[in-house]
Amino acid sequence: MGAEAFPTLDEFDRKVLNALQYDFAVSEQPYLDIATKLNSTEDAVLTRVRGLYAKGLIRRLGASIDSRQVGYVCVLVALKVDEEFLLKVAKVVNSFTGVTHNYLREGDYNMWFTAIAPDKESLDNILAIIQATPGVEAVMPLPAKRVFKVSVKFPLAVGCE
Amino acid sequence: MMTEIERRIVVELQQDLPITAKPYAFVADNLSNSENELLRHVRSMLVSGVIRKIGAVLRHRRVGINANALCVWHVPEERIAAVGEMFAALPVVTHCYEREAHADWPYNLYTMVHAATRKECEVHIDAMCRMSNVNAFQILYSTQELKKTSMRYFE
Repeated sequence: MGAEAFPTLDEFDRKVLNALQYDFAVSEQPYLDIATKLNSTEDAVLTRVRGLYAKGLIRRLGASIDSRQVGYVCVLVALKVDEEFLLKVAKVVNSFTGVTHNYLREGDYNMWFTAIAPDKESLDNILAIIQATPGVEAVMPLPAKRVFKVSVKFPLAVGCE
Repeated sequence: MMTEIERRIVVELQQDLPITAKPYAFVADNLSNSENELLRHVRSMLVSGVIRKIGAVLRHRRVGINANALCVWHVPEERIAAVGEMFAALPVVTHCYEREAHADWPYNLYTMVHAATRKECEVHIDAMCRMSNVNAFQILYSTQELKKTSMRYFE
């Protein structure tokens, strides 16, 4: 882990980040709705959100799209990669726009990525190129059979100061 | 099937919303649509599931979530629905999927568990193990993030 310095968050920061995750309304003035809920003003909330965004705490502020619902296909893939080739293989894997997540993990299967494509053929092409990359010893596609949950929300503790 | 306007809304909303008092009015303007009509479409796309959610996704490592475990479980076929739903109900689980098993890889249920520390992650995973009575599992911590982006559709 890098020794990156992370900003400290005050109570209002945490309340705002929670509201942005859990209560961002589909309404004319979503920040006014949040302000009302937090006993604050629209301006104060907007100023704080801009600050948190500038500090890099917010990765996305918009819609999360379900790739299957828009007709795309996706797969989780585990690779066994020769340690010496990890960087080179990562470069190839990351070069595809459809590869949205890629992680090194502990274990025999040491590289795990997700790939999304408009159709099965394009997805198979991506996997074929990766399979042919030097250093890749095994490719294990793990397509989803059933989705029980996708909810990328992290509640931050409030009211404990 | 998605309509043309829904497709255009996806293209707009997969970018970050501007941080202004009326973000949807800005998007409606880009689409040459009325704000009311856009709001109506977005609500219906949330109901149909095309849009999973609207709001912020945090850089969770920066808010103190340092341990990110992919925990894979080997669940007997006949119990997978029950165990999948049990795990999905837990707030510490952000993703829960049934996936195909392989000959040398019997795991068929995949959960992402996030916590401040590995120790805390393992407390949760231990509880999951006990509540489900599934003892065949592996914890695969990420040691490095090589890429993390959001997909852009129809571009």
